[in-house]
Amino acid sequence: MTRYLRLLGIQLRASALLAAQYRWDFVVDGVISLFWAFTAIVPLFVVYGARRTGIPGWSFGEALVVTGWFILLQGILDGAINPGLAQVVDHIRKGTLDFVLLKPADAQFLVSTSKFALWRIFSVVSAFVIFGLAFRELGRLPAAVGVLESLALLVAATVLLYSLWILIVSAAFFVVKVDNLTYLFSSIFDAARWPSSVFRGALRTVFTFVIPLAVMTTFPAEALLGRLERSTLLGAMVGALVFASLARLVWIKSIGHYSSAGG
Amino acid sequence: MSSLKALPTLLRIGFSEAIVYRAEMLIWVLATTMPLIMLALWTAVAEVAPVAGLAGRTWSSGSFVAYFLIVFIVRQLISSWAAWEINFEVRQGTLAMRLLRPIHPITSYMAGNLAYLPQRFLVTLPIVVVLVLSPGLEHLSKSPAVWAMWAFSLVGGWMITFFANIAIGALSLFIESSVKIMDVWLAAFFVFSGYLFPIDLFPAWLRSASDWLPFRYQIGVPVELVTGGLTVEQAWPLLLRQWGWALGLLMLALTLWQVGVRRFQAVGG
Repeated sequence: MTRYLRLLGIQLRASALLAAQYRWDFVVDGVISLFWAFTAIVPLFVVYGARRTGIPGWSFGEALVVTGWFILLQGILDGAINPGLAQVVDHIRKGTLDFVLLKPADAQFLVSTSKFALWRIFSVVSAFVIFGLAFRELGRLPAAVGVLESLALLVAATVLLYSLWILIVSAAFFVVKVDNLTYLFSSIFDAARWPSSVFRGALRTVFTFVIPLAVMTTFPAEALLGRLERSTLLGAMVGALVFASLARLVWIKSIGHYSSAGG
Repeated sequence: MSSLKALPTLLRIGFSEAIVYRAEMLIWVLATTMPLIMLALWTAVAEVAPVAGLAGRTWSSGSFVAYFLIVFIVRQLISSWAAWEINFEVRQGTLAMRLLRPIHPITSYMAGNLAYLPQRFLVTLPIVVVLVLSPGLEHLSKSPAVWAMWAFSLVGGWMITFFANIAIGALSLFIESSVKIMDVWLAAFFVFSGYLFPIDLFPAWLRSASDWLPFRYQIGVPVELVTGGLTVEQAWPLLLRQWGWALGLLMLALTLWQVGVRRFQAVGG
């Protein structure tokens, strides 16, 4: 365990050194991510424009909390999950995954931590600014229990995102070219910026159980607002565990299919 | 002249390519389903009370259905990805191969992008059927003249998208990679084009910004033409401004390309 923590430290340091080397890129990327955060809240101003009721069941401040969670999770996805796993696809195509497999540590751990885009910190900062604005708009502070619950859900959401990503990357062992599958997932994830109650019927089931976007942004927001039911919280945690074990199983099965260069 | 003669062949090559990569293209199409998600959002909003636009127009869920399904269709027909292609080829040095051919590279990018149109058109057919069967149908324009202008505006919208792609792609000849500039362009496109919400619903300050930016003329104008209940007289000025942007970007793209390509040194130069 401590060995893996030490490894994580080393990998993080390598990413930090890389960011320090390309300082200018770091700043430009940071500014761009602030711009993205801005474009993520503009739709809210349209939906909650003058003389409009907005999304049923959600006031402006409450919807802003959901958007904050969306920006936070997008930061985690693009900062910590996507960079490392995107390289796996390349490794598989070129056969360089050999070098990872030869190392005396778990391959899934190594590829997952191989690269971090540290400038995504800017997204995390803008998410907290948005939380601040949202609760100022609401005129109250989140309850301590709500904060704890939402932190638990943050862990669950990260685990879910990571597991989904592992599942997608595992497909690369079979069909090799999945870089646009990852693009597809990023664009589906865009739907998470809205409270899940706007989706009806089949779409709602998909976004709760198959691609659990609701668990990632709406549930944590509800927890922070102090209106999430305990049973939902519990269900989300169990769901995240199930997804994680499934992803691990699929990864182990898929890596057995690896036959070096070309697939 | 030789470019013109080569065009059918170029299109045929591009079309075969589109068939080879059909699965990939389907994934790209699935990745542009954002209008359908926005449709879900806006109908949920409109269910409580009709949404009031700035110009006094009220939006029911039917008009949102018409709007966003047409947005989906227009997005399919005006798409271009030349900026990423150019960036990739500049980095890999394979742009040299394209420069060797006795055809202007922009013509070959154009043929490559246009050749995907038949397939993209096929993709939009189910949406057209849904639209015809939906309550959105009665919110569409019934004037043949307006529909003719719509076809014309699609060409203009495509030109804006394509030449903006070429112009931004050509920037990679100056600064190594312009992919990030393209990302910024796209983020602005999503906000200002009418892709996520009709321009009519914008707050006033966003609305005047979108009047002066090219994005509205890519998607918003073609969609407003047939769903906004516009008359021919109201539609002309919009179309003129759109073609202004199209021709302006054409000039910009050609200039940037001509200056930039002289700097190209292929790999290791």
